[in-house]
Amino acid sequence: MSKAGWIRLVVLVAFFGAVEALCRTGAISPKLIIAPSAMLGAMVKLLASGEMGDDIRQTLLSVAIAMGLSIVGGFGLGCVLYWLPPLRRAVDPFLAAYYSLPHFAFYPLLIVIFGLGALPLIVLATLFAMVAMTMATLTGLDRIPRVLIKTARMQRLSLPAEIWHIRLPAAAPHLFSGLKLAVTYSFIGVIAGEFILSTSGLGHQIAFAYDNFDNPTMYGLILFVLCIAIVFNLLVFAYERRLARQRGL
Amino acid sequence: MTAVRTLRGPLLLTASLLVAWQLLHQWAGDTALTAPLPTLEHLWTMIGQKRFVPHVTETGLAFLQALAIAWIAGVGVGVLLGGHRLSGEVAEPILVGLYSLPKITLYPVILLLFGLGMPAKVAFGALHGIIPVVLFTMSAVRNVNRTYLRAGRSMRLTPMQMAWRILIPATLPEIFSGLRIGFSLTLLGTMLGELFASQRGLGFLLMTAIDLNDVATILAIAVLISLFAVVANTILLAIDRRLRRGSAA
Amino acid sequence: MTIVARLTDVSRIYPPRAGHAAVHALGPLSMELRAGEFFSVVGPSGCGKSTLLDVLAGLAAPSQGTAEFEGKPVNGVVPDGVGVVFQEDASFPWLTVEDNVAFGLRRLGTDAAEIRRRVDFATGFMGLRDFRRAYPSQLSGGMRQRVCIARTLVLQPRLILLDEPFGALDQQTRLLMGDELLRLWRETSATVMLITHALDEANLLSDRIGVMSARPGRFIDVVETGWPRDRDSRLAERPDFGAVTSRLWSLLRTESMLALGQGAVAAQ
Repeated sequence: MSKAGWIRLVVLVAFFGAVEALCRTGAISPKLIIAPSAMLGAMVKLLASGEMGDDIRQTLLSVAIAMGLSIVGGFGLGCVLYWLPPLRRAVDPFLAAYYSLPHFAFYPLLIVIFGLGALPLIVLATLFAMVAMTMATLTGLDRIPRVLIKTARMQRLSLPAEIWHIRLPAAAPHLFSGLKLAVTYSFIGVIAGEFILSTSGLGHQIAFAYDNFDNPTMYGLILFVLCIAIVFNLLVFAYERRLARQRGL
Repeated sequence: MTAVRTLRGPLLLTASLLVAWQLLHQWAGDTALTAPLPTLEHLWTMIGQKRFVPHVTETGLAFLQALAIAWIAGVGVGVLLGGHRLSGEVAEPILVGLYSLPKITLYPVILLLFGLGMPAKVAFGALHGIIPVVLFTMSAVRNVNRTYLRAGRSMRLTPMQMAWRILIPATLPEIFSGLRIGFSLTLLGTMLGELFASQRGLGFLLMTAIDLNDVATILAIAVLISLFAVVANTILLAIDRRLRRGSAA
Repeated sequence: MTIVARLTDVSRIYPPRAGHAAVHALGPLSMELRAGEFFSVVGPSGCGKSTLLDVLAGLAAPSQGTAEFEGKPVNGVVPDGVGVVFQEDASFPWLTVEDNVAFGLRRLGTDAAEIRRRVDFATGFMGLRDFRRAYPSQLSGGMRQRVCIARTLVLQPRLILLDEPFGALDQQTRLLMGDELLRLWRETSATVMLITHALDEANLLSDRIGVMSARPGRFIDVVETGWPRDRDSRLAERPDFGAVTSRLWSLLRTESMLALGQGAVAAQ
């Protein structure tokens, strides 16, 4: 591990150690924050009891579906906009402002269209995550070096062969960044939606525990959600490293 | 002539959004989606009402304070981390990790720490916006072309002149991109904060309207926030492009 | 003498775009490439050298006039039998050296044994044998350019077009790459056209050198060097070597000054 890596580890351990000590000595009231070790204990207990099983399944399934839809849909939309520059110029300001729009205001409308249940929330998270993939696809396609396109023409490739053998691999690093963002945003979309608007799912359970001053459950669940998000991010990160190594980087 | 060209796309988009809205209204009916014109009329009446003003002020103040913190503290921390290489290396993965977490899960913690009301909203908005500002500023400071610095030293510039004449112009375009993204995310964070456990502000009005199924008010607020987001983003994007035109990249 | 490729009264004009007037980039000019010769094109920057190459390669259609390769018209369609090496790094970063070199053959559906044989030959010839499993990011700029040359070579082109392929390399590497190019040219009996801005390089490598004017580029002269076919960079030691370079420079000096002025105007 690098020097920076060691220091980072020390900083993180020191931070959590300090919080732990402050909580254990009572300097921080358990009404505010409970000790990290207590959070971990609460999480383990919650998972072992199985009472959150349905919520966990529902949340993870929603996130997975939103991820899949947003990656495929975002990539498709990116390709369409790339091939139709006038359309792209028209939607450009909309895309740029997209992440400051109040997506959650459209939830009632989605309920009317898609009914009650998990579906409107999945659609909401998909809409939220998709545009990140679209923008990354556009960047990736824009940044393909022209000399590679010229090379494809000198190799007398057909358009499908050019797309498959040149354009997609050349755009791959950007596509992957978009994929990472779509994963993150699917998480944020589903959890935030459940938090504010839903009556089930992990996000809702956190909000419910907050409303009932049930700090152990709340912190246990928060820790669990953060752990899932971190594990997901690490998996994607590891895969990205492998891809980079395959390119000799 | 060029103004017509640049405005044509967004105008067409606005027009087609309005048409789509009208059609959707026809299909879904008044209970799901009020038509564009009545919604705008409703918005106009709302703006005229006395009890509406404090909510707008509340949201505006929360957003502005959060933005000030995200921008000022973000640039400050970014400059420090960019200038001190080891600190930057230690902090960067932590920041990137925080950036990709569903921060909404941390909102109850912030509510416990800051209490209900303005400070929690400000903290949550700033928490969303500050990380991209730090990351972009850090990268800008780190990647200042060394030749500019050598050129500056060869002209025997004072540290003040060096900062004012070389460092700021060289880093500004990238830092501004960070500020722009920070703007969007701060707005998102502030709005998310108002949607949950809030007693004032546009987000509170929105949640109340959602609970009451008051579709006209929901859409009126959504339109108001969207308009603000799109207009502000378009202006920031225009400044961003102008700054980049002067730089080598 | 067989003619491999011919341009007749070719010009290329870029149509006006929003805020830009039409640009007359090239010509009208005519030229012939003789079978098996090494022809170089030199000219001031911005004179349309690369446009000339694009027209010959079928990457750009002439606005006026005709381009032919082996008697058949080339009208913005890349003909079979022409290979190009570009100035920019065109190696595919996602493929190993070996896969880069085999790329074109695989697309053509050549059988595995034949691919093996030709890739072995080309990587060996370009000194890439020890790097076959490496990725371009692990190689120097010069090595990556060799990968691109090998990738063109395996397709056995009858006309090889080189667009300042050594432009980004240092002088010593350029000289060595030049020697390799000469060896490749001798052993494949292909016709080579090289675009370059280095007068020494053009002199050393070529049988004939076309000297172009400032934009819109036309040929102001074609210089025959008369060097023996079996030559390498030590040619520069010959007493009559400098005379050719001097002649090229005397032809180009006024044109280059003109181009410098155009550049200043364009920058405003």
